[in-house]
Amino acid sequence: MSIPLNAYLLVGAILFSLGTLGVLMRRSVLIVFISIELMLQGVNLTFAAYGAFLEDMAGSMFVVISLTVAAAEAAVGLAILVALGRRVTEFYVDRLDTLRW
Amino acid sequence: MTDFPWLIPLFPLVAFAINGAFGPRYLKKATGVIGSAGILGAFAATVALWIGGVHSDTPDFTLYRWVSSGSFSIDIGFVLDPLTVVMLLVVTGVSFLVHVYSIGYMAHDESFARFFTWLPLFVFAMIMLVLSNNFLSLYVFWELVGVCSYLLIGFWHQRKSAADAAVKAFLVNRIGDFGFAIGIILIFWNFGSLNYGDVFASVSDKSPDLMLLIALLLFIGAVGKSAQFPLHIWLPDAMEGPTPVSALIHAATMVTAGVYMVARMRPIFEVSNEALLVVGGIGAFTALFAASIGLAQTDIKRVLAYSTVSQLGLMFLALGAGAYTVAIFHLATHAFFKALLFLGSGSVIHAMQNQQEMSEYGGLWRRMKWTYFTFLLGGLALSGVFPLAGFWSKDELLASAFFKGVASDGSWAFTVFWIMGLLASLLTAVYTFRMIILTFHGKPRNAELHSHSHESPISMVAPLVVLAAGAVALGGAVGFPPEHGFIHDYLYKVPGVFHFAGAGEITAVISLAIISTAVAAFGIVAAYAVYSRRQPSPEAVAALSPRVYGLLYRKYYVDEIVNYGIVGVTKGIGLILWAIDAKIVDGIVNLIGWTVRATSSLTRRVQTGQVQNYLFLIAAGAVVSVGAFVIFR
Repeated sequence: MSIPLNAYLLVGAILFSLGTLGVLMRRSVLIVFISIELMLQGVNLTFAAYGAFLEDMAGSMFVVISLTVAAAEAAVGLAILVALGRRVTEFYVDRLDTLRW
Repeated sequence: MTDFPWLIPLFPLVAFAINGAFGPRYLKKATGVIGSAGILGAFAATVALWIGGVHSDTPDFTLYRWVSSGSFSIDIGFVLDPLTVVMLLVVTGVSFLVHVYSIGYMAHDESFARFFTWLPLFVFAMIMLVLSNNFLSLYVFWELVGVCSYLLIGFWHQRKSAADAAVKAFLVNRIGDFGFAIGIILIFWNFGSLNYGDVFASVSDKSPDLMLLIALLLFIGAVGKSAQFPLHIWLPDAMEGPTPVSALIHAATMVTAGVYMVARMRPIFEVSNEALLVVGGIGAFTALFAASIGLAQTDIKRVLAYSTVSQLGLMFLALGAGAYTVAIFHLATHAFFKALLFLGSGSVIHAMQNQQEMSEYGGLWRRMKWTYFTFLLGGLALSGVFPLAGFWSKDELLASAFFKGVASDGSWAFTVFWIMGLLASLLTAVYTFRMIILTFHGKPRNAELHSHSHESPISMVAPLVVLAAGAVALGGAVGFPPEHGFIHDYLYKVPGVFHFAGAGEITAVISLAIISTAVAAFGIVAAYAVYSRRQPSPEAVAALSPRVYGLLYRKYYVDEIVNYGIVGVTKGIGLILWAIDAKIVDGIVNLIGWTVRATSSLTRRVQTGQVQNYLFLIAAGAVVSVGAFVIFR
């Protein structure tokens, strides 16, 4: 008995929603960053599930490309975090409001 | 032989250009000679024009076409007729003498070259004003003489009083010129042309009311330029300029531009008796009004200034009576003796180290005999004593008013004007001899200044002598016999010049002459009786009737009325308008800005700078829009 598509989609949606909540609600910059990765994996899971279900390679290809981009994005994001960490002592999102007005 | 009149304005223009370009740095004192030579050239060319023969039907001389637009065109052209020639002879002749005089008078001034730059420019402008054959170039040069007047009144611009006087002259003239400009615009609107010939030819086609309006507007310009009541207030203040400027511009030539203009516009003024009545009335009133102020002034140049205003009033009286010839005749003789008196007063001021108050003078005649005798002759001419120049012209002038009053087509008002003119003549004799006695006779009132006084240099005395010769002989030479002298026959060539009624009734003419001579003699005796024998101080005279004296001394409070009335009201209106601008207009602008700021200070609260807020809004927006899409698909 194979696992139905809806189960994969449900897990993907849960992962994405958890990531979204994490991005919106956590104060720590690092956790926000990890939550973004979580959202990304939710999307990837959805891609992969559709790819397998529809027997189309494009879904798997998107996952690979997406992971590659995510790796590059993680590198840049972490570099920004390191640079940010040298400038501020409190590493919280709600303290980083210098763009206001 | 009338193809060279362009030489007349050219000479002063070249002198102006040379002195203006090279004067201050290279020529320095030579500018005086260049300026005088330029005017002498203009005078010579004028004499050549005169001898060459100019008639009333001499065609206009066209230099070049200035404006050409469709059917409308304006030439720079000269009107050549006896009136022009007489005016040019007076302007260039007196100007030349004043230039020569100025070489001596201004010798110690550091702005010598600047003086001899503006003076030829003025003469150029005045010549062009007289020669113009259309209203537009008349107006242009009318304004140019005004500019020169402004520059020369404010010649010593370091003195605040001189700078203020220049501004005042300019502003007051502006009022007159405004009326003048509207008059010219009306002429162009109704006649479609600005050439004298075209306009005068079709005057009779237009409605008399329109012509009356145009005549009155033009007359406002004359009132401003010729310092008639109520725009006379600038002329006495104009005495802040150097004395030769007062003599040339503010006595002999520029201020007579109004008289010349009215005489030139004769066909327009003659259409309506009302216009002539206004001209004569303003003239007669100003003559009496200014002469009475002259009685109480203590500054020698101010006495002469009010005298000028008064004499110009008499000229307008003659113009109102239709006696154009007589007005121009008096203009010419007045130019000589008034320039003489001004230059004589300049000689005195020069000797007294720039002191102009007559209370500091006295007993000067022994020290400066040439100045004294020429000044005395000028004073006698101004008073109208037989047989000096002033007698011939002033006597005819008053006679013209009298005959206009009794003529069948005249008005009784001119009889009143005649009496006012006679009273003005009486006062003229009184203030003239008051001035002469206070200046030259009696004991020196300031021994210090008196001991340093001396006769002026030859370049100043020589013009005095020439002008004195003119003041003595000019009237009889050109004005005898009355009504048929040289100047009358010459000017009568101008078509339509009014030959006033009663001319020829020899007994009436002689009895009028006797009346005006008796009046002048009485005035002189009265001045002698009051000022010479008892040697009163100004305070003692003032004490006789403090109220009258104060009224005259303060010039009937006209300046104060203008200051507090017109200037004050204008300032008040200005303050109100300023308040409207500052509070209401600016307020609206500020309100718009304030509204935008208030709105944005509310909306900018959305911009928290909290990244998570933004993201929440984005996510919520996405959920809402996708949800709406799913539900309402």
